[in-house]
Amino acid sequence: MALVDLANPTRFLALAERVLPWLIAATIFAFAVGLGQALFIAPDDYQQGATVKIMFVHVPSAWLGMFCWALMSAAALGTLVWRHPLADVAAKAAAPIGAAFTFLCLFTGSMWGRPMWGTYWVWDARLTSVLVMFIMYLGLIALWRSVEDPGRAGRAAAVLTLVGAVNLPIIKFSVDWWNTLHQPASVFRLGGSTIDRSILVPLFAMAIAFTLLFVTLHIAAMRNEIMRRRARTMLMLQASAQGG
Amino acid sequence: MSPLRALLVRDMRIAVRIGGGALMGVLFFLAVVTLTPFAVGPDLALLRRIGPAILWLGALLASLLALDRLFAADHEDGSLDLILMGSAPLELTVATKGLAHWLTTGLPLVIAVPVLGLLLDIEPNAIGVVALTLLVGTPALTFIGLIGAALAVALRRGGLLLPVLVLPLTVPVLIFGVSAADAAIIGPVPFGTPFTILCALTLMSLVVGPFAAAATLRHGLD
Amino acid sequence: MSLGPHAAFILAAYGAAVAIIAALIAWVWLDFRAQKRLLGHLEASGVTRRSAAIKEPA
Repeated sequence: MALVDLANPTRFLALAERVLPWLIAATIFAFAVGLGQALFIAPDDYQQGATVKIMFVHVPSAWLGMFCWALMSAAALGTLVWRHPLADVAAKAAAPIGAAFTFLCLFTGSMWGRPMWGTYWVWDARLTSVLVMFIMYLGLIALWRSVEDPGRAGRAAAVLTLVGAVNLPIIKFSVDWWNTLHQPASVFRLGGSTIDRSILVPLFAMAIAFTLLFVTLHIAAMRNEIMRRRARTMLMLQASAQGG
Repeated sequence: MSPLRALLVRDMRIAVRIGGGALMGVLFFLAVVTLTPFAVGPDLALLRRIGPAILWLGALLASLLALDRLFAADHEDGSLDLILMGSAPLELTVATKGLAHWLTTGLPLVIAVPVLGLLLDIEPNAIGVVALTLLVGTPALTFIGLIGAALAVALRRGGLLLPVLVLPLTVPVLIFGVSAADAAIIGPVPFGTPFTILCALTLMSLVVGPFAAAATLRHGLD
Repeated sequence: MSLGPHAAFILAAYGAAVAIIAALIAWVWLDFRAQKRLLGHLEASGVTRRSAAIKEPA
């Protein structure tokens, strides 16, 4: 089945139906492995003790918050440039999920910061830019909900998403540009990671689990959105049939 | 007279008339600067320290005020459709409207800075520096705001949503604007570093703003 | 598994993760059921979409 067939909502619904049970199973399995690694196998950090375990939730949610905006940006291009019929659906379904993971990143980071840095919050470059991204998520969701016609909403949201994508490199590189409180890049950097393998392996295990969770939730949410649009079309047909 | 120049003159004339909003921004700016000492107390040393930041905040919020009417007013009386069908490229047309908005709203804010700076007990050469950063930064605020203004046309209660959409995008301008002003007044960072970044942000916004706003108007009004 | 002196923060962090993920799952699942019910009503009352009514060309 060619990728272009996915553009057909009916075919997408059929595909989603087939794929979701497997995705759910894979997600549960991945979390079992990841949590087992994170909670029981990963050693305590020399300086931070057991609180390093917060990293296994904090870092994957940060990655997913940013990955989700990148995904929405790709969908935005699909809407504006290629007029892909499912691009709108993908973008709208992704926004609340990305917002939730960004909030989780901010909250777990705060829980990590209080024992480690002594403060729940600090206005350093990375925390601030992630907070800005969270506010932009909320603005985007508000935008989706304030235009009735899904097509127009999709195009307006697409422009805002692409403009907001400029925040992503700022978040990634802010810890290198401004040397403030949040630790600099230690996983994805030139020269390889600086984290020990005994911590890195559980981190990647949890990251895989979180990503599978995101994909599962996203496909399920896309299915809901397609159904919602069908219902809307049918309601409009019904109303015009009665009125006409 | 070329169509763009005609549009510029028209927009400026409308802004200056009653209900046009040209001086409303300055009044709001004055209100913010006046309210601040009531909130933080009349301690002059404190006001002098946070003065540049207050001026920047006031200018940013005042710039946002007139933005939601920028395209919505034209949309309501039908002239937006005429503009969209015009011969000039939509990006240039949008940029022209942005220029008119800045000349009638942003530039008066910059001119008001010396007077308001005195209210906050900022020294004269510091006032000059803040005015310079605002002169460079207010165009960025206007042109980034164009994106929100275009989105507001498509929405029914767009005016309420516009600040939420635009403010996150203006945060870098605010940060570097205040940073440049503080650098010149207090140091130790040399003034040039944040100031050049501020100039870069403005130049970028002069391009990105009209393109994004034009794309929104084109696609969002079908 | 000893969580050390800052156990409360670790538990709060993981607890928030569980709560937020549970909320996401609940949102997706409840929305699915609502849409399915609505579509069921509409189809039962005889409304058909254009593409469902047109026979697929052979």
